Formats: sequence, structure tokens, C-alpha cells
Amino acid sequence: MTRKQKRLSVIAGGLAFLGAATGLTFYALGQKASYFYMPADLTTASLQPGQRIRLGGLVEKGSVERGQGATVAFSVTDNQKDVKVSYTGILPDLFREGQGVITEGSFDAHGVFVADSVLAKHDENYMPKDVADRLKAEGVWEESKSE
Amino acid sequence: MVETGHFALVLAFALSLVQMIVPLFGARLNNQRLMAVGGPVAVTGFALTALSFVALASAYASSDFSVASVWENSHSLQPLIYKITGTWGNHEGSMLLWVLILTFFGALVAAFGANLPATLRANVLAVQGAIGAAFFLFILATSNPFLRLNPAPIEGRDLNPVLQDLGLAVHPPLLYLGYVGFSICFSFSVAALIEGRIDASWARWVRPWTLVAWMFLTGGIAMGSYWAYYELGWGGFWFWDPVENASFMPWLAGTALLHSAIVMEKRSALKIWTLLLAILTFSLSLLGTFLVRSGVLTSVHAFATDPTRGIFILCILTLFIGGSLALFALRSSRLTAGGLFHPISREGALVLNNLFLTTATATVLVGTLYPLAVEAFSADKISVGAPFFNLTFGPLMVPLLVMVPFGPLLAWKRGDVFAAAQRLMVAFAAALLAMLVTALFIDGASVFAALGVGLAVWLILGALTDLAVKSGFGNVAAGIGVRRLLGLPRSVFGTAFAHLGLGLTTLGIVGTLCFGTEKILSMHPGETVELSGHTLRFVGLYPAQGPNYSEDRGRFELIGVSGSAIGEISSAKRFYPVRQMTTTESGIKTLWFSQLYLSLGDQGKDGSVVVRLWWKPLVTLIWGGGLVMMAGAAMSLMDRRLRVGAPSRRRGQASAVTSAGLP
Repeated sequence: MTRKQKRLSVIAGGLAFLGAATGLTFYALGQKASYFYMPADLTTASLQPGQRIRLGGLVEKGSVERGQGATVAFSVTDNQKDVKVSYTGILPDLFREGQGVITEGSFDAHGVFVADSVLAKHDENYMPKDVADRLKAEGVWEESKSE
Repeated sequence: MVETGHFALVLAFALSLVQMIVPLFGARLNNQRLMAVGGPVAVTGFALTALSFVALASAYASSDFSVASVWENSHSLQPLIYKITGTWGNHEGSMLLWVLILTFFGALVAAFGANLPATLRANVLAVQGAIGAAFFLFILATSNPFLRLNPAPIEGRDLNPVLQDLGLAVHPPLLYLGYVGFSICFSFSVAALIEGRIDASWARWVRPWTLVAWMFLTGGIAMGSYWAYYELGWGGFWFWDPVENASFMPWLAGTALLHSAIVMEKRSALKIWTLLLAILTFSLSLLGTFLVRSGVLTSVHAFATDPTRGIFILCILTLFIGGSLALFALRSSRLTAGGLFHPISREGALVLNNLFLTTATATVLVGTLYPLAVEAFSADKISVGAPFFNLTFGPLMVPLLVMVPFGPLLAWKRGDVFAAAQRLMVAFAAALLAMLVTALFIDGASVFAALGVGLAVWLILGALTDLAVKSGFGNVAAGIGVRRLLGLPRSVFGTAFAHLGLGLTTLGIVGTLCFGTEKILSMHPGETVELSGHTLRFVGLYPAQGPNYSEDRGRFELIGVSGSAIGEISSAKRFYPVRQMTTTESGIKTLWFSQLYLSLGDQGKDGSVVVRLWWKPLVTLIWGGGLVMMAGAAMSLMDRRLRVGAPSRRRGQASAVTSAGLP
């Protein structure tokens, strides 16, 4: 190979590499990004069973049931609709009834949302941002100004 | 004292403006006296910032609740150590720590930069001053830690319980030393662009600063990862959380910079690329500061946020990143490109390293910012988590790791892959053996496990092979080999240790992910549970009282083969009344390099308690590898060629001659 051909092949190799990485990134974004929904959105959203999403809202008061072992069931609500969630594991320390929560997982065949992770935050300052924004937008949010 | 600190901070801001303007004009006019202003101003600015920081820390230590930030983040019953570390456990204080470290590095340049060309030194200090000025203004305008409350409250609101841990004493300072350390590389690059030339002293200076910043950033990330691992009680060491990514991106770019700076220093090639990489690395540090401090992302690190802060940091970000890249576009064509090399050579390997690392940085950047972009341009909200990064970052890292052992064995200018491969035969055979053993005897089901173990063994032995080859083991007598090994330049040890650390971290990750086991169950006192050959008996729950919390401590006994207890693990649910917050204190038992990890869940009505138990094989190697990498960086820093710059070497020889001349 001549010097020029060598240089061209190096450049082509580099570009092919970058192209492959870009392609992989966009493929992964299409496949692996999970969308955020509140319960009321689910009527309009067309979800495949097993598709991973994030479901956020408030933990409905009085809905938390501790089942056998470490499985917990509760409802996530946005005061319009509510969704039953089942989770096996240890709930975060900040998980409370009436507080904001984000769960990640997918719906099973019976329409129960099976979460494999639960995020909860404490007060206004630590509320999951996605949930706080939506609750504010829908007027459900009570502005409890903390000094 | 508080007002003194506040005043010192304002003075430091004013000095940073002087530091930004005067040396810059001095360099432009070639006026020695104006240029000389930079040094003393930088040192004084650091002293004033340090005074300001001490003032704030003492307000925290003495629980002065008339200061708003102390009231919000401290409590009189907190142990003293957490009162002090609480100084930077909040937005305002952590920004003050940020500028303290920034001015510290500026003062270091002023103190040790005597052998730099005067104009370069002046320009570096001016850029450093500009960064300082922007952040001082940010603190004074939007996040002043010294604001008073009148009347003063009697009691504070307590530090976030999650932060009441020794991790807070170590993690943020280390991380900031890393983040902000890259500001020096940035300042040197911008100064070189202002001057329109890169000379030998530029290269000699940038590499050690990169090493220092990289060393601390490695430590900061490893420490943060371990802290999250034991404090959050989820048993994970990395969550691909946006804030973790924010620290990981400068690390990846900094690692690339570290490698390209070698090429520049030794072969004076890749100059322009190295300069760009230095700018990008610090830009990613600034981006990290923005992501963490603006609250645009949901994260454990997002303290109570205020939108004006986000916009302010975004302006700083745009100014510095945009400004430096524009300067780069205008001036980089003036810089002369360096030496040529064959694609298969040490330089070629380092370029390949850079290609992989910067691409990996880009994928992490895309994954981190994509949700923000989607939210800005549509009504959808999405989250990008571990599945995305596993699919993109993983495939990029694996080939890079496979190539790592080859790099140091290739010669400069023109290398021989076959010769390097021959030398790596032993490492390759051992890696193959490790894969076979894993597949046949430990875990036949998982291909990834076998490949992962093989890769880790390959990296570890590859690093050792480098040392063995360079000291001639196998060709010379063992005694001579040992003597040669000890005589190798420290930077060779640095490389080998850093790559060894990488191998250890890989081994830890593979061990934990592929061979780890876990159980979630509800237990009554007296019950036992078995996990991966370890038997634990739940003794019971015992209430206890701490200085500012109450806890229920669940005690567990580790049962030996004979049936008697051979160790104890305890995990607790703590309740902090001031913030009405509960935290979980995980219980960890380290057995060799592996750990049993236990975390307590809710109590049932019948006296049972939910327990989550993990067996994490080789998990400590993840952070141990980080420490070995840090050791590698420290060894490289001690290398003779970095300690002894060319000008001072002449001075050293001169003094040696004089002293030899004396009787």
C-alpha cells in the first residue's frame, strides 16, 4: 500500500468505528430508554405487555398491603386514576403513604404493575422532580413553602 | 468571624478580577511588572478564600444558627465531625469548597511556576482568575453561605441523615480536587491558544497536573461508589445515575488526556488534539458541576435548588466552553503539528486508546443529556438507565481492555504486534485457563462470566508481563532481573500499576455481577438463613439511642461449620427525629476480598423483619483497584523526569559542579 492508501484506510477505519458507535447508541436509545407515565396517561398510552416504563405519582393512602415475605402491594395515584403496583424487596426509607414515588418495571398479564425498583423522596425538596412537575402542572400540588 | 469570612470572600472576588485582567494585559504588552502581579494575587486570593472557608467551618463547628446555611444543615446534637463535614454537605458550602480548591491550584501554579516562561505563567493565572471570578460571583450572587437570620433560631434543622457519615469527609474533597484540578490543564491550554504556540515547558507542565487531577478524581469516584454502596443499603456500586455520570465523563476524558499527553511529551505529536482534550475534560467537569448544582436532573446529590442558580451556572458553562472552543477554532491552525508515526506503534496504540475513550465519553454524554433534550423538545419524559449504558458503554470498553496489555509493549514510532503478542503468551495462556476453569467448574451457564474472568486475568497478568519484560526476567539471572526491576523508571511502574488496578476493578465487577447471590426474606428471631455457603442466624432487634437519632439494630450471627458463632453482622433502621427521616445502616462482613451484605427492611406485625442479604464475591476489588490506580498515578508523579524540569536540571548540575569543586 502506498502512504496515501494507508492514511485513507486508517481514516476509514476510524470513521467506521465512530459510525458503529453512533448506530449502537441510537439503537440503544430507541430500545432501552424508559418513558415516564402518571396513572392518568395510561388510558391513552399504548403499551406492550412487558415494556419497561417508569410510573410515578403519590402512594395512595391506605393502599399499602404487606403480603407474604417481602412482597408489598400498593397503589400509585394522581388523584384521577390509580394503578396497582406489586414490588418484592425492601422499600426505600422515604417510602410513605401520601408521598411521591417513582416505580420502574412493566405490566403483567393481569394489569398489575410489577416494579423492580422503587424510588421515593421525602419532602418538597426531595420530591422526584418528574412527579413534582406533573403534580404542579395538574394543580394537585399543594405548595407547602419550606421557609 | 462570619462577617470576616464574608468580607474575605468579597475581597477574594475582587482579587480574582485583578488576577484575570492585569497579567493578561501584562503578557499582551510584554510588561514584566504587570505580569508579575499574577503570582502574589493568586496566593493572596487563596489565603482569603481559605480564611472565608475556615470562618464558615467554625460557624458550623460552633453551631451558630444565626447563619442561614448552618441553621438549614446542622444541629447542636450532631457529633462534631459531622458538624464540620456538614460545611460542604450543602449547596453553598460545597461551592465554597469548589473555589477554595480552584484558588489552591492557582496558588500552586504561582508558587511552583517560577521556571515557566513569564507570558505563559501570566496567561495561565489570568485564565485561572477568570474561572475564579465567575464562580465567586456565582456564590456571592446566588448561593451566599454567610447570610444571617434575625432573630437567630435556637436549634438547627439537622444535616441530611444520609450525609452523616465519614464518606462526606472524604468523597467531596477528593472529587473536587479531581474536577477542579483539570482547570489547570484547561488554563494551560487556553493560555497556549492566547499565545498561539505550544512550547516544551507546556508539555512538561500539563502532564503532571493531569496526573494529579486524575489521581484525585479516581479516588473521589471510587470513594463515592463505596459510600453509595454501604450507605444507601441497595447493595449496588454503580447506578448510572446522572450525577455519577457527571463525574465519570471527566474521568474518561481525563484518562484519554493522560495518554495523549504522553505522546505529546515524548514525541511532540498530537499537540492540537491534547490541547482540545484538555479543554474538553475541564468542560465536562463544568458540565458536571452544572448538572449536579442546577437541579435539572433527579438525583440524591440535587440539594434544594433554585432556578436562578441553574441559569447562572449555564451562563458560566456557555462562556467558558464556548469561549475556549471558539479560541481553539481561531488559533489551533497556528500551532504546528508534531512528529509522524506508523499506525502500529506506541503512539498508534495511544491514539486507539483515545478513540475508544472519547467515544465512550460521548455515549455516556448522550445517555445523560438525552432525557433533558427529549423533555425540552417534547412533552415526553424518559429515563435512560443501566440497560442503555450496558449496551453502549460495555461493547466499547471490552475491546479497549483487550488491547491494554499490548500498548506498553509496543515500541515508539514503529512497533511489532507479533513480538508483543509473543511476550504476552503466558498472560494469554493463563487467561484462557481461567476462562476454562470458570466455565467448567464455577459457572458453566454464563458465557459472560467466563469471558469476564478471562479478561480480568489477561489485564492483571498483562500489566505484570510489562514489568517482567522490561526488567528482562527470563533472559537474565534472577538477581540481575530484580536489580533491573528496581532500576526501572517510576513511570513504568506507574503504567503497570494503573493497568493492574484496572484489571482488579474489572475482576471485582465481574465477580460481583456474575457470581453474586441474593435473598429477600422475612425472618423471626432465632431463624437461620443460608446463602452461598454462609449461614446466618437472626439474633433479634435491639433498640438503641444515638446522639441525634434512635435506632433498631438487627443483630445476626455468622455460623461456622462447627455450628458455633464465628462473627457478627448488624444492620439498623435509624430514625432522625429532626428531619423525620429514616435511614438504613447496612451490615457488612468482609471475608477476604468478598463481602456479606445485609440490609434491614420493615418490621411485620408478628415480630418478623424483612431482610435482604447479598453475597458479593470479590466486591472489594472494585474499589481496591481504584486505590491501585491511584498508587500508579502517584508513582508516575514521582518519576524523575517530572520532578526535574529541564531548566532546574541545569541549575542542579551547576550546583553539583560547584559543590564538587569545593574541598
